[in-house]
Amino acid sequence: MKQFVQVNSAAFTTERWYQVGRPALLMGALLLVVLATVPFWSSGLVVDKLTTLFVYILLAVMWNLLAGYAGLVSVGQQAFFGLGAYFALRLVEMGMSPYPAFFVGALGCAVIALFISVFALRFKDGEFAIAMWVTAEVIRILVMFDPIVQGETGTSLLVMNQYEPEFRRNSNFWFGLVAMAGMLGLVLWLINSRIGAAAQAIRDDEEAANSVGIRVMRVKQIIFVVAAFGCALAGAIWLASSVTFQPRTYFGVQWTVFMLFMVLVGGLRTFEGPIIGAIAFFLLQEFLGDYGVWYLSGLGVVAILFALYVPNGIWGELQQRRGLHLLPTGVRLKLMKKD
Amino acid sequence: MLDSLIQGLLLGGYYAMLAAGLSLMFGVAKFINLAHGDLAILGAYLVLFGVDWLGLSPWLAVLLSLPVMALVGWLLQKFLFTRTQAAGFLLPLLVTFGLGAVLQNGLFGVFGSDTRSLANYIGDLSWDSWQITNELSVGKLPVMTFAMAIVVLSGLQLMLSFTRLGRSIRATASDPEAAELNGINSHAVHRAVAVIAMVLTGLAGSLLAMRAQVTPYDGPMQLIFAFEAVVIGGIGSLWGTLVGGIVLGISQSLGATLISSQWFQLTGHLVFLAVLSVRFYGTIVHQRGGWWILIKQLAGPMTRWSSQASIKAKATKTRIKNR
Amino acid sequence: MSALVVGQLVAKHGLLTAVRGVSFSVKQGEVLSVVGANGAGKTTLFRTLSGVHSIDSGGIFLHDEDISQLPAHQRVRKGLAMVPEGRRLFVDMTVRENLQIAGEHGRSGSWVLDKVVAALPALEPILNKVSGGLSGGQRQAVAIGRALMCNPSVLLLDEVSLGLSPIAVEGLYQSLEQLKKSKETTMIIVEQDLNRAIRFSDHLLCLLEGKVALSGRSDELSHVDITKAYFGLEAEVLNA
Repeated sequence: MKQFVQVNSAAFTTERWYQVGRPALLMGALLLVVLATVPFWSSGLVVDKLTTLFVYILLAVMWNLLAGYAGLVSVGQQAFFGLGAYFALRLVEMGMSPYPAFFVGALGCAVIALFISVFALRFKDGEFAIAMWVTAEVIRILVMFDPIVQGETGTSLLVMNQYEPEFRRNSNFWFGLVAMAGMLGLVLWLINSRIGAAAQAIRDDEEAANSVGIRVMRVKQIIFVVAAFGCALAGAIWLASSVTFQPRTYFGVQWTVFMLFMVLVGGLRTFEGPIIGAIAFFLLQEFLGDYGVWYLSGLGVVAILFALYVPNGIWGELQQRRGLHLLPTGVRLKLMKKD
Repeated sequence: MLDSLIQGLLLGGYYAMLAAGLSLMFGVAKFINLAHGDLAILGAYLVLFGVDWLGLSPWLAVLLSLPVMALVGWLLQKFLFTRTQAAGFLLPLLVTFGLGAVLQNGLFGVFGSDTRSLANYIGDLSWDSWQITNELSVGKLPVMTFAMAIVVLSGLQLMLSFTRLGRSIRATASDPEAAELNGINSHAVHRAVAVIAMVLTGLAGSLLAMRAQVTPYDGPMQLIFAFEAVVIGGIGSLWGTLVGGIVLGISQSLGATLISSQWFQLTGHLVFLAVLSVRFYGTIVHQRGGWWILIKQLAGPMTRWSSQASIKAKATKTRIKNR
Repeated sequence: MSALVVGQLVAKHGLLTAVRGVSFSVKQGEVLSVVGANGAGKTTLFRTLSGVHSIDSGGIFLHDEDISQLPAHQRVRKGLAMVPEGRRLFVDMTVRENLQIAGEHGRSGSWVLDKVVAALPALEPILNKVSGGLSGGQRQAVAIGRALMCNPSVLLLDEVSLGLSPIAVEGLYQSLEQLKKSKETTMIIVEQDLNRAIRFSDHLLCLLEGKVALSGRSDELSHVDITKAYFGLEAEVLNA
């Protein structure tokens, strides 16, 4: 006797993420447009602060892409942050104008990341984390060999001083906005694509993912390179607004501490979480940053508490409790009403 | 050259001491503690606190700091690490990384940013050395550190091999569930290991404070050195950790002497990365049937038939060997 | 007097309820064999009894004491030991050390190294060998010896004959037969070989999809009844 299981396809329809999340996407796009006009009607201070926020969001989203979606906990992302700034510096030194140099420099970082990935992605879990940290240290030391960096002393992107402060501030802002929006879009597309699904499968069970034909290395590589590119852009924007470059600061492990904090507080493995986390971090920085080391120490405590007691972060909790989904990922089944 | 070899060897003793705790916790509980370096610095500051503020003699301060470190280890394991261990690899990394940030900035908040050292308090020992030949001399403190590392690691190894606690630690490391099924309280074993690891780490921190200046933010670098020593030496063996520490110390020392002082850390990092890669590609090569076969495979169509035949032969051999 | 009483035991694997309200009791010195098809919940039942799998609801009473909330190592110290599926030896350690550990941490009693070696002669020549390099039969002997070193009043044996040669199985059951005769140790076994399970045990418990499908004295149950319970079949199907 044979039995057929028939899927009653008339009972439901499928909805893609961009259909369900359409209102949220439109809102987001609208928000970006409004943000783009900020320099025309707001004070210079606000513009500067928002540029800083864009950098935080970029970093948080990149780290979440790595750790949350691909399970790659890197404590060496400062490598690309610093390298992005350094490449920009180098390219400007060679005569390129600053803003193209930021972009090309970040592309250069992506290429470097591709080389690093061949080696670093062989390692798992903790080994990967520390191998990345050591890699960041190696890159820092190599960068410090460059005469223009002058070792510990560092250098400045003096070319920025030739622009009017007003123009410079606004250009940085728009560059930051475009970079952030572009990377957010790329990540949103990525996590909803086959690559995103494959990455999550790898994160949950690498062997199983491999056995169903997912090219584990390739997927990890794509994610790794994209994350490096984003961090490099963030480093370039930071350089553009602060002008000075000291290797110890740009290659400092505190950047990864910040990324970790933002992602844990906002919500690992969600698209919106890191953005919320970055805003929370930005506000804390604004209001409590004056407390210096005690504030930084407190960040560590909060990160630990979130990791232990609120592992889904603020956004993850909201999603669970309220069933809130602004930008759902994947495909959902929608049951149709019976006649 | 010989001088820098000896300096590197002696430095390796310090690294082994620093790495022993990390190695032990990783070996027994598969737990990677990213705050390890910061805990060593905490140990150093405890001793500095005893000497600077309480006016104790340095050796008494070291002696008194060890039970404090033991308590720190016990508390961390009981209230923090155990909670993270049940939930995969992500949580321990995140939590200990956060703990590192707490410790660094907390130490800075309490003790300020000034670099500190015990060197002023230990008199001649900090700079005295034995003249071996006209050109060669070894510092007393590095020799003492090295000797202490050997003694402590040997003691630990003997404890692991021949005592009841040692057996229960090895059993838990091998299979925690089976250990439980034989009456071993695996949580208690993990706590004991954390206590031992923190005492060792505190001791390493005090030794660091004797031979160098420390600041609250030195922890991450110490973690990296410790981890490099553990990985170079091979995970899960204390003697391996000693060898790893020595290899790291010698490569740093040689890099600094032969190239330039900036290469001190870089050489160590490069050796570490090289060891990691060789170990990894070594496994791949082994799976494919050895270096020679791999080269033949890559050599192209000229040798295709013969090499494929030998791959088969070699593969069968390996399979038989594995049984 | 009952050595072990289990009441309405429920245990889950994530969303799947593997053991769904199992109750039974075993008298001191008797042997109970638990049979059932793959996935019937035998191993989960054993793991829950020994404490390495968390209990969802129900009670486990060892000599009238509720042990259901105790961690595994405390159950061992109270006299409930298990030979787990797959033996789970400490592979880097010698056979002697494997036995020693159990002796040091388990319950104290008459089972000491010499007595264990006398009961399991296969251990004699391999005492100082590293247990990772042993044959399947030798490993199983070590696993049983290790459990005996804990001086159990109730001993759980999960699939002791799995993967062994017929000769090794025969040798193993001869030793277990001796243990049974002494009446000191209550045994609960999981055994795939149904005939052997029936011959060796006083009582039989058949699990089907996490529930007790049949239980009774081994010599009173008919082969047909057991087979029916085992596969969850109706009599007509068997007769047809």
